[in-house]
Formats: sequence, structure tokens, C-alpha cells
Amino acid sequence: MNDRMIGRVKRVNGPVIEVMGITDAEMFEMVRVGKDNLIGELIKLETDGAVIQVYEDTTGIAPLDPVYGAGMQLSVELGPGMVGTIYDGIQRPLEAIREISEIYIKRGITIPSLNREKKWHFAPSVKQGEHISGGMALGAVRETENVLHKILVPPSDKGILESVVPEGDYTVEDVIAVLKTDAPQQKDLFLMHRWPIRVQRPTQRRLPLDVPLITGQRVIDTLFPVAKGGTVSIPGAFGTGKTMTQQAVAKWCDADIIVYIGCGERGNEITDVLTEFPKLIDPRSGRSLMERTILIANTSNMPVSAREASIYTGITMAEYFRDQGYHVAVMADSTSRWAEALRELSGRMEEMPAEEGFPAYLPTKIAEFYERAGSMETLNGDCGSVTIIGAVSPPGGDFSEPVTQHTKRFIRCFWALDRNLANARHYPAISWLDSYSEYLNDMASWWEQEVSPEWLADRTEIMELLHKEVRLQQVVKLVGPDALPDTQRFILEVCTLFKNAFLQQNAYDKIDMFSVVQKQVKMLHIIVTYWKRGYEAIKNGAVLIKLRKMKVYRDIVKMKFSIPNDNLSGLDKIEARLERSMDQLEALYA
Amino acid sequence: MPERENRRLLSGREYIGVDKIDGPLIFVGKTHPVGYRELIECVDKQGNVRLGIVLESSTDIVVVQVFEGTSGLTLPDTRIRFSGKPLTISVSKEMLGRVFNGLGRPIDGGPPQRSDIELDVNGMAINPTARQYPRDFIQTGISVIDGMNTLIRGQKLPIFSGNGLPHNELAAQIARQAKIRGTNTEFAVVFAAMGVKHDVARFFTRSFEESGVLENVALFLSLADDPSIERLITPRTALTLAEHLAFNEDMHVLVIMTDMTNYCESLREISTIRGEIPSRKGYPGYLYSDLAELYERSGMIKGYKGSITSLPILTMPNDDISHPIPDLSGYITEGQIVFEREMDGRGIFPPVAGLPSLSRLMKDGIGEGMTREDHPHLASQLFAAYSYVKDVRNLASVIGEEELTPLDHNYLEFGKEFEQKFVSQRKDEDRSIEQTLDLGWEVLRTLPAEELHRITDEEIEKFYGK
Repeated sequence: MNDRMIGRVKRVNGPVIEVMGITDAEMFEMVRVGKDNLIGELIKLETDGAVIQVYEDTTGIAPLDPVYGAGMQLSVELGPGMVGTIYDGIQRPLEAIREISEIYIKRGITIPSLNREKKWHFAPSVKQGEHISGGMALGAVRETENVLHKILVPPSDKGILESVVPEGDYTVEDVIAVLKTDAPQQKDLFLMHRWPIRVQRPTQRRLPLDVPLITGQRVIDTLFPVAKGGTVSIPGAFGTGKTMTQQAVAKWCDADIIVYIGCGERGNEITDVLTEFPKLIDPRSGRSLMERTILIANTSNMPVSAREASIYTGITMAEYFRDQGYHVAVMADSTSRWAEALRELSGRMEEMPAEEGFPAYLPTKIAEFYERAGSMETLNGDCGSVTIIGAVSPPGGDFSEPVTQHTKRFIRCFWALDRNLANARHYPAISWLDSYSEYLNDMASWWEQEVSPEWLADRTEIMELLHKEVRLQQVVKLVGPDALPDTQRFILEVCTLFKNAFLQQNAYDKIDMFSVVQKQVKMLHIIVTYWKRGYEAIKNGAVLIKLRKMKVYRDIVKMKFSIPNDNLSGLDKIEARLERSMDQLEALYA
Repeated sequence: MPERENRRLLSGREYIGVDKIDGPLIFVGKTHPVGYRELIECVDKQGNVRLGIVLESSTDIVVVQVFEGTSGLTLPDTRIRFSGKPLTISVSKEMLGRVFNGLGRPIDGGPPQRSDIELDVNGMAINPTARQYPRDFIQTGISVIDGMNTLIRGQKLPIFSGNGLPHNELAAQIARQAKIRGTNTEFAVVFAAMGVKHDVARFFTRSFEESGVLENVALFLSLADDPSIERLITPRTALTLAEHLAFNEDMHVLVIMTDMTNYCESLREISTIRGEIPSRKGYPGYLYSDLAELYERSGMIKGYKGSITSLPILTMPNDDISHPIPDLSGYITEGQIVFEREMDGRGIFPPVAGLPSLSRLMKDGIGEGMTREDHPHLASQLFAAYSYVKDVRNLASVIGEEELTPLDHNYLEFGKEFEQKFVSQRKDEDRSIEQTLDLGWEVLRTLPAEELHRITDEEIEKFYGK
């Protein structure tokens, strides 16, 4: 490595190190500290000194230890070999680390992020003499069955192609093209390039967000949908199912690539993903889910500063796939741990704190992160998107704390997890009262054209009922349900039905874990029909108990388990039977 | 390498006289370059040696934290010796059956511990790819745990309790009764006491003695009258031994740590003395990371026979589950067993609150081939029904029980049966999982079959009807 010594350690305080005798160094430069070569990043520069944060345990680092600069900002390697891999917060492959240091992560391990030996079959799509510019595809590599990895020109480069290699097998370090630029030297291009993690990758322009990211989770798609390129926050106290919800979305959503960032969370959760995803089959491609997933694991016991970096590492990888024209979904679990890492580092640097000890720049950092989402026209004219779904872990489940509050300012879709629902084991515990989606109106036309014209009306109807139910429940709490007239008790009845038969979704049931949109729309329509016709019948004199004892009622309750996604004819039958039963009931009272 | 050579020569150098003493912290100026977290020995006037570690190192001053406290130290006569290596303990299987202080020194009058294996007490982060996802069901013989909050081998499942609640009894009962069915593997208990009273320590010792397992137990005691700072190292020493037993000696280790609240208090104490910026309730911003370093050391590893299951006990200050200590713990551990004072008042043992308690690893450790095929749905149904019981009780307290519908009366009956028959059990009662599940069906029979939404028709046929 062409590292040069840039200074010596002056003071060690946990992951934060003060350096003295700084000669030349740049902000956010990657550095190595001490004889163990611990990786760090330079985060503050002064006339004679600097502050660095170290991404590994600093035990044993002493004053006067040397500090080396790498001459570049903390960057990730972007190229074939990322999909299906598990990295730590600064893109070191954990599987490869395990081969060296067995069960524990030892310090000072340097392993390239992308495998240097592996050969990829590269097929060029450009010719010698062509003018090319940043973001253009030079060709492609079939990375997995689902992912055709386009090899992009680094965004900052442009010029005339002097030469291109013929189709064949190359490693990520083989020169695949030579570029003649304005600079005197020629530039070699490879299958991979580097990009600094704290810099957003350039695009042409932002596109409107009007296509939903289908997650297969009914409460999300039907009640609080998110657009491709949108931003979502999932706040919830511990045990309310943040990770379960994120994993369900990561499994079943219709994105092309999933970047799953386990930021300061449990080790076993990552292991769970690692053991489960390869076994699960993507319903769209028929391939293993791991073939579209990149994992970044910086568990709670791994060094805190790498936790801060892991979020940026993940989003940079997501942007890279977006630039190839893919729809990428980023799961960040949990952004609170990232904010706490910021707080810890800020405290160690003795910065003046704002709310609850968090640094005053917390909202800026949160905004910068969420603004990296979006649906974009890429530099080469493709369309791609990055959707960010960030979990928030508010202390004590109190949504008024700074991270939740500041996050709410920069996201447009809010899936609030409710402690009471989780206690009753109603999963996903997404509250239908506190959650919202600002994308709803933008996407209504998509639903109407692609799925069903009744969708918006049915959804509005059921949301209204849910809100009425809350008020009625307050009355019931005071006087008991018997005091209500049948028309109002029927509202309670329908809402209970809707919660049990529609909103609750069993993540472990083979059929119920995922619902296609057509199934969702039909299920919703059946319940709304039951409500509308039942309400009419009650007004005409039918009694509530008759509606409840209808044979078809039990079919409605079980339809989420009994009707498979690939054959929805059963739902039509249920609907027909429901209409018939209602006709009979009406005939009785006509 | 001259620098390394230099360091080796300098380590062991002794400094006479220190610059400042503040609580458990000692500030030493004008030293050679001292490594962060290096082990030190501090010798007082009488020649007694105390251990400590370097908390902060700079060219001007070194901040040292002394575990045995600083009482009796003077500025000019205190001698500090830097060892040039982090705090280690020597570990071996022979430590089972013995009693140590928080730093791993024997206090049972036996000979000092000798072993070739010296391990850094801080441990290292386990590579997530090396972990084995835990899925072996541990039968504790306690219905509310086995049936509804199943403990899995390699899990970290804390008990969130309050002062005066019987958490020690429950922990001791789990330690006595826990077994993996159909196997007979070597097991060990590592017990770390942080700031607990002497009688609590005695209670556990006697309980282990009575059940005849004391020779499989290593106790690390840092009791209420020991220096509070020693508590910070106690769980680390204990876990280091646990790691050795699990991953070098192939044993299944149960780690009981009590009381985590005292540990966090000590952490806050140090943080305040160092003048760090506090986050919530004066606790340092790194409380989460620090707790994670302890809790995350449990688990199972691919290719290794042993495991570490941990059962931390913490008393919630003022029974407040949103207090930073239980709150942050809950975000790290894989579920929690929550005690409810009201149930304790009604004489129910164990007073495990049905709804906030949770075992996250339960889903993969129960069901056909592991416990019994009806277990997942039965547990889900018990939760759902008990949750509704709470609503009915609230309603009854407003409108009176007579006004309730017949169905709601059924639910009240169910709630009573559930608490009296299912949750409640004797402190020496060891129920098999079949007994627990059958008991679950028995109490569910107070409800009509149509109410059981979470149970399949076949299960109703097979279990509910009999």
C-alpha cells in the first residue's frame, strides 16, 4: 500500500484518537493507526492536529503510535461479487474474515472487499473509438441468475475509448478498457471502481414517485403504501416487530436488489437472515432470495464507529445498483443505533450537545441520508430507484424523542408500530391510526389502472370504519357493547373481522406470508361488501347475530390462509356466496 | 521492530507518586506511551496491590480506573506499574465449584487459580457468519416460560423484575430444572453477582448445593459492600470463563448475571466522574454498546458443541420498563420475562406478566419435532385470549361484572383459570412440556370453540375436544 505517515497519536479515548504533527492529510481520508494497522477515518483537521475515528477496538493503542494516510477518502469497492455477500460496516467481507480469524473478528485484518481471484464473464457493449462518459455501461457480467451486473464507467470519467477487451473471463483487477481523457495520461478501467461513501452518486434528474413498491404485506400495500424511491420510517419500542416487518418486506417486496443493513442490532438476527434467505424462493424470479440480497452486518457488539459508517456503505452500494437501472430497497435496522453512534463519537470529541446529548447536526445527517433515496433518471438514461426503509428504536417507545421526531420531518411514509397490538400478538403491529402514507394519492392511478378501479373507494371506506370504531370503543369502555344499536355494533364486528382476516398476517404461514395485490384487492372488496350489504340488511330489520352466523363468515375469516396466491378463483366463489347469502337474508326481511 | 521492543522494555516500569485521585480514578502524568485499556497495578503505602485499567491515554496524562477502589491511597506514595497488556484472567475447567471475586481471584480459601490459558476479559466480537442460529428447546419445567416464552439454548433472555419480587427464586429454579430433553451433555453454571446482598449470594449457593450441582457452578461475587467499580469487570470475567467452557471445553453454559441495574449504576458513576456528556437520566451515551458487549457474548457457534445461554436479572427502578436500563437491554436481548407486582400481590408464582413477556427465538424452537405440533398455535391463542381478558377486566371494573355478556364471562373465567392453573406453580414443580401444553388446552376449554381464531380445525378436533 502506498500509505504515508501523516502524524502520531497524541491521545486515545475509546474509538476517538487525537493526532499531532499532521503534515498533509485530507478530510475524511482513510487512515491506519499503530502497529496493528487499525482502520480509521479522519474527521477533523486543525493546524497541527487532527481527530480520527477508528473502526476497530483501540485497546493497546498508545501515544506516539504512527498514523498512516491512505491518500483517499473512505470508499467502497463497486463491482461484481457484491450480491449475496455479507459485509461489515466498512465493506470487509465477513465470510473471508472468518477464514482468517475463525469465530471472532480480530483486529487489523485487511481483506479486499471484492474477491481478487474470481473471474467474471464480461461481455462488452461498446467499441474502440466510442465517446463515453461517466455512468455509461461498458458491458455486463451475469452476477447471479437474477442480476445482470452492468459495468459502469466511474461517474467522474469521460473520453474516447482507446481499447476494449474482447468478451471473456476477467478478474475485477484486470484492465477491461483504456480511456483517453483530457489529462495527459490514459486511464485504465476495470470491472470495479471505488466511490467515497459519504458522497451521493450523481444522476441526471429525479423522477416523480408514482409506482408502489409492492411488499406483499396487506396492511402496507393496501393501507399505507410506499412508492419505489420513497422513504419510510418504522418506529417501535422493543418487541413490537421492527425487525420482523423489515425482514418480511426484504423477503417479499418487488425490488430487484435488497441492501439489508443490520446496524447495531443482534448478532442472531443477522444469522437468521443468513440461514433463512438462501432457503426462501423469490416468487417473481423463482430463485433464492439471497441472489438479490446484500447484507451489511455491524452488530451491537462490533465497534461503534463502524456502525456510523455502515449506513453510508449500504446506501452507496444501493445507489450503484440504481445507476444500473435497478429498483433497490434499503433496509436500515436501526437508524437509532446509527444516531447513537453519532452521539457517542460526538461526546468523545467533547462537542456541545443539543437534545438528549445528540449533536446539533443530527437532523442534517438524517436529512442527508434520506435524501439519497429517490427514483432517478441515471446518467445513461435508465430509470432506477432507491427506497429507504429505516427502523427507529425510540427509547421507552416514546415517539417524541429526537431521532423519531427529526426522522419524521424527512420521510413521507410512517409505519408506527403499536405496543398494544404487539402484546396481543397482532402482527404486523402497524397501527392504522398513527401511520400514514403521503404517496397514496400519487399512486392511486397506478392501482386503478393495474389492479382494480374499486381500490381507492374500498380503502377509504374501511379507513373510515376503523376511525369510527375508535370512537365507538370509547363508548363501549364506558357502557359496554350491549348499549349500542345493532348498526353501530356491526361496525365493531366488521372492524374485528377486518383486523383478524385482513390486517393480521402470519409471517410463518406458507400462504399467508405474502399476498399478491390482486388477492389483497379482492379480500378487501369482500369485507367491504360484507359491510355494505350487512348494513343495509340491518337497516331493513335483520339482526346482527344472523350476519355473524352466516356460513360464509368463517370462509372469510380463513380466506387469507386458504386461498393460494396463484389461484384466486376461490375468492370469487366466496364473494358470490356472500352475495347469495345476503340476498337470502334480504328476502327474509323484504 | 524497535518500537515494539521499546514498549516491551518500558512495560513494567513503575511510577512513584500520582497527580490526582478522584473517586476510583487516578491521573498519572509524564509517563511513557501507555496503551489504551492496558492493565496496571497500583501499590499503596502498605504494599497492597490493586488492579486497574487505563481509561484514557495521552502524551500528557494517563487516566486509570482502579477496581478495588482508591481508599487509603495518597498522592506521593502511590506507585503505578504498567503491564503493557490488557486485563486477562487465566481460565480452566477446574474453576467450576469455586468462588471468586469480581476480578477472578479465589475467595473461598482455596489455592490461586493456575492455568496456561490466559484470556482477555474484554473478549472479541463474534463474527455473525460464525454464529449458529439457536433452535434447541430448553425445558425449564415452568409452564409460563416453556409454553409461552420458550427458552432456547444460546439465547439471552433477561428477567425484568422489581425490588422485592421473586426473581432469584425463578432464576434458581431455572438453573436447577433446565434440561434439553433426550440428551445428557455436560453443563455448567457461571454465576456473576454484581452489587447484590450477601444473603442473595447465599441463597443461590444453598440452592445449588441442595440440588447437588455446586461442583458444576463457578461463582463470581462482587457484593454490595465491595467497591462499586469492581462490578464493571465482574460480568466480563464471568463471561470469559463461560466462553472458555463453551467453546474450548464443549460445555453448555448457563450464565446468570444479577443485578444488571447495579452494573449500570457503576458505569454511570465512572462516566460522571470523568465529566462525560450524559444522555438519558445521566447514563452515558455508550450504555447501549457497553451492555451489548456483555449480552452479545452468548450464543452458539457453527462447528462447536458448547453454547452460552444467558439469563441476566435486572430490577427495574420504580417498576418502570421504559427506564434506560430495561429499555436498552430489551433492544439487545432476545426477548424478556417481565414480572408484574400486581400478580405477585395476588400470590401467583412466578408472577410473569403475560403480555409484555416475549421470547424472540421461540418461533424456531417449538412445534412438530421439537416440542409438539400444537404448540405454536396454542401459545398464540393463549396470548390473544389473555390479552382480551385484560380488556374485559377493565370493562368489568367500570360497568360491573353483572352487565357483561355471557361470552365476556367466559373470558373472565378463562383469565382466572389461566393465572391459577397455568401460570402459577410450586417453586419445586417441574412440569414436562406435555403437561404444560395439556394444561394450556385445559384452560382454553373455558372458551367456546368458535372463539379460538388462531387454532386450526384439526387442532380443535384433536386437542380441544378430548
